[in-house]
Amino acid sequence: MLRRTFNALAISAALLTVGAGFAAANETLKIGVSASKTGPLTAGATAVYWPNVKLWVHDVNQKGGIKVGDKLLKIDLVEYDDKSGPEEAVKNIQRLATVDKVDFIVAPYTTGINLATAPLISRYGYPQLVATGNANELEAFVKRWPNSFWLLGKASDLSTGIVATLKTLRDKGQIGNKVALAHVAEAFGLEMIQSAKPAFKEAGFDIVYETSYPLGTQDLAPVISGAKAAKPDAFVAYSYPPDSFALTEQARIQGLNVDAFYVGVGGALSGYSQRFGKQVEGVLAMGGINPGDEVYKAYRERHKQVTGQDADYWASPVVYSSLQILEQAIVKAGSTDRAAVVKAISTGTFETVIGKVSLQNNLIGRVWTVGQWNNGVLQGVNGLGVDGAKAPVKKPAWN
Amino acid sequence: MQIIVTGTLLGGTYALIALGLTLQYGAARIMNLANGETLVAACFVSFWLFTATGVNPLLGMVVIAPMALVINWLIYAWLLRPLVRRAKNRGMLEVDSILATFGLLFLLQGLMLLGFGGAYFSYRFLAEPFLILGEPYGLNRVVAFVAAVIVASLLYLFLYHTRQGTAVRAVAVDPASARLVAIDVARTAAFAFALGGALTACGGTLLSTFYTFNASMGVIFTMKALIIVIMGGVGDVRGATLAALILGVTETAVASLIDPGLTLAANYALFVLVLLFRPQGILGRASA
Amino acid sequence: MMSLRRDELAVAGSGIAAVGLLSLLPLFSDGFALSFGVNLMLYVAMCTAWALFSGPTRLVSLASAAFFGVGTYSVALGLDSLPFPVLIAIAALSSAALAGLVGAATLRLSGVYFVIFTLGLAELIRQVVAWSQSRFAHKMGLYVFTDFTERDLYWMLLALTTLVFGVGWLINRSRLGFALRIIGDDETVARHVGIATARAKIVLFMTSGAFIGVAGAIVAPRYAYIEPQAAFNPMISFLVVIMALLGGTRRLWGPLVGVIPFTIVMEFITARFPNHSSVVIGITFLAIVYLLPDGITGLIEGMRDRIRRRTAAGTGIEAPDAIEEKAA
Repeated sequence: MLRRTFNALAISAALLTVGAGFAAANETLKIGVSASKTGPLTAGATAVYWPNVKLWVHDVNQKGGIKVGDKLLKIDLVEYDDKSGPEEAVKNIQRLATVDKVDFIVAPYTTGINLATAPLISRYGYPQLVATGNANELEAFVKRWPNSFWLLGKASDLSTGIVATLKTLRDKGQIGNKVALAHVAEAFGLEMIQSAKPAFKEAGFDIVYETSYPLGTQDLAPVISGAKAAKPDAFVAYSYPPDSFALTEQARIQGLNVDAFYVGVGGALSGYSQRFGKQVEGVLAMGGINPGDEVYKAYRERHKQVTGQDADYWASPVVYSSLQILEQAIVKAGSTDRAAVVKAISTGTFETVIGKVSLQNNLIGRVWTVGQWNNGVLQGVNGLGVDGAKAPVKKPAWN
Repeated sequence: MQIIVTGTLLGGTYALIALGLTLQYGAARIMNLANGETLVAACFVSFWLFTATGVNPLLGMVVIAPMALVINWLIYAWLLRPLVRRAKNRGMLEVDSILATFGLLFLLQGLMLLGFGGAYFSYRFLAEPFLILGEPYGLNRVVAFVAAVIVASLLYLFLYHTRQGTAVRAVAVDPASARLVAIDVARTAAFAFALGGALTACGGTLLSTFYTFNASMGVIFTMKALIIVIMGGVGDVRGATLAALILGVTETAVASLIDPGLTLAANYALFVLVLLFRPQGILGRASA
Repeated sequence: MMSLRRDELAVAGSGIAAVGLLSLLPLFSDGFALSFGVNLMLYVAMCTAWALFSGPTRLVSLASAAFFGVGTYSVALGLDSLPFPVLIAIAALSSAALAGLVGAATLRLSGVYFVIFTLGLAELIRQVVAWSQSRFAHKMGLYVFTDFTERDLYWMLLALTTLVFGVGWLINRSRLGFALRIIGDDETVARHVGIATARAKIVLFMTSGAFIGVAGAIVAPRYAYIEPQAAFNPMISFLVVIMALLGGTRRLWGPLVGVIPFTIVMEFITARFPNHSSVVIGITFLAIVYLLPDGITGLIEGMRDRIRRRTAAGTGIEAPDAIEEKAA
């Protein structure tokens, strides 16, 4: 019976190789991508990840391809579903590298899966441009896996952005000293709170309420009423999309009228402003852009045109930029040699939709951390090395 | 006080999720793992009705419930009846129905992914504050709670005060004996399954007014429903409603008094305790 | 009692040969086939271990994810301070302890109550782990950096699988195995003939849990980053049950013949229909349920019986297996 395993294995492997053999016939640049198409991470990936992969492939192929040496190569995309878990993700990367033999791999979606696949991606020497993940101990991580590049900044940059924004508001005398904190009990929320709490204390804020809640919970009335009872001046939630929506709705219903209201992931989605309409005015959220920037405007329009959906005001342009960096690095290296491309990425400067980007120690120096909704756009109010930040304003009461 | 009101409202939501499965599992003996998918499908239909044609979700229920009834009837007749026929005992049917509805879960979820994509959906309906004892609560949640009460009472009246309902209960207790008193067991079971599907769809419609949902969220609802159904005692509508309320209040109490991070843990701890000490369900009879 | 029949010797011999052959796989491939082999071996080990308990007792356990997660966490938490083999032992012991507790607590439960109880328990543990990490450790993920390659993991899993088969075989031959078969057929009868049903069940559940825990511990280095959502993923429990049921749980080799085709078909679907995998998986699944009512074991044994019956028809003697089948 066990022998049958081996035969079956050999046969299935053979089948897969035959299948993969066809595409290699005419010369293209093979790009592999593995991210969530089913499972709990799908919603986020559908909002910011897949449309940009699609848009980039469309853009590149429309202009004839990527210039590699003296050849212009069109992109041939091989996509797999990681089912929102590391087990499938590892297998997919393995398949992309050894069966499909792709030239490059687009980094997967979310912090957890990027961290889990990093050893494998690095073993095959592919550059890993992470546009949808961040963590706190990135310096150490990058030392261990020098092929990984982090474009969303460190977790501490993101989490402390809001501290700086609140400080600005307090210094102007627009808000008081009392902060209520909430976070989702998942990798993201915890990485955030870990660095945020000391920063709030150091800035002299008084944390009057702090809580976590399980991933996926949308019944958050108790969180808001708990926060309301503590009478804070600012409410800060390191939240995920469904709970960002639920917290906002509950805050509105229970009349939690704080002078600064901040939600994490999801607050930068166009769907957020569509759902709450005029109510979002003055809400702070993770992310932000410079709406006056012509490059971003053009990108946003193209995104809508090609994919039929709106780009968000945070991760979408970063995902697209990560692909632009990969593209330009391949051109710079003049070959599909992975080591050369990795080197080009770590040393070069790139023109992207989020501006001119260069990476120091594999980390981006330019990242928006906080935006504020203003006339239906999430205007960036805080960031590192970015231009066009506006001063934050006090949030008006709901309604 | 606020804890009790919030908890009760949440309990109403849970009751909506679970009532359909109580019927499907209790009477039709189908452990329907695709129950949550029915619920999410109803969310999508009401979303589409509301945003594209402006139909109020409460009115939408008038369309959605009969639609779900018919579709679930067909699912039972085509997919599940062959399994019921070939099953030699209850255990076998349980295993078979778990496997079959697991496949159905993937199929339905895949179809919804193809139709709507994986993104989050939500819309605003009655998202207004509603004052109870001077404290504001979401009007949509209050409406859903009232609807849950109405649906549960109608179901109770139907099951305990009509011939057809009594037949459903008889099948739930003992299909073999039900046959002896001239009940068409196959038909009754099909009806119970279809009715359960319709109830779940009503729940989905109401939930869509305040939940953000997407195509792959069904499993979460199925798990909640399973817990409530087992806690309440299989096939026991009153028990399930009570279990839903207890869960809602406990969760809210734990969230407000101890730590919101522990709500789900409390939820499962309660469930585990109930199973250990009253495996027949909260209201179940000892020898069930 | 320990003397071996000739056919048993033959089975053992071919088993050893097969293990020998399989251990050569990493020499031929260190790419996708190996990665796939790790996945396959992982589920063969877990499903067979699961069936050790659930096969004879017919209690469907959905607690596999809990044992798996406990194993994974044993490694993730202790990696900096203890050597790997010790961690494996810890994983086995803590999973067995957990299984012992669960077993002791749930002896009164049967049928679907047991199913849902174990599911609830696995979720409870996941929530408590997630909460305590957020409360006390202030971070969710744990890095697991080791020098193990997939090749090492594959060999370890192969060794584990062999061990599970060996233990399963010994149990089947022992008084415990006989006792369990009686319990599965009729617990009342078992009690009347003086079998300590409770103890037998708990011992077996602990064995089964320990093996699943060890499997979790072995694959922990594969993910580099461990978080509760991945380690206690309830999907693991469901997959284990489904593959084992597909194969059939009445024979020791039943889960094996379920895991292999299931994994290959799933692999094929994921690779070929990345955008429609849910739909295709759903349809495949329904097809399996309707076309293979007794699992693959049933199919194989049915075919074997038919062949035997045809050969036995001339003599008018019914094949002994067929009689046994009817009795069961």
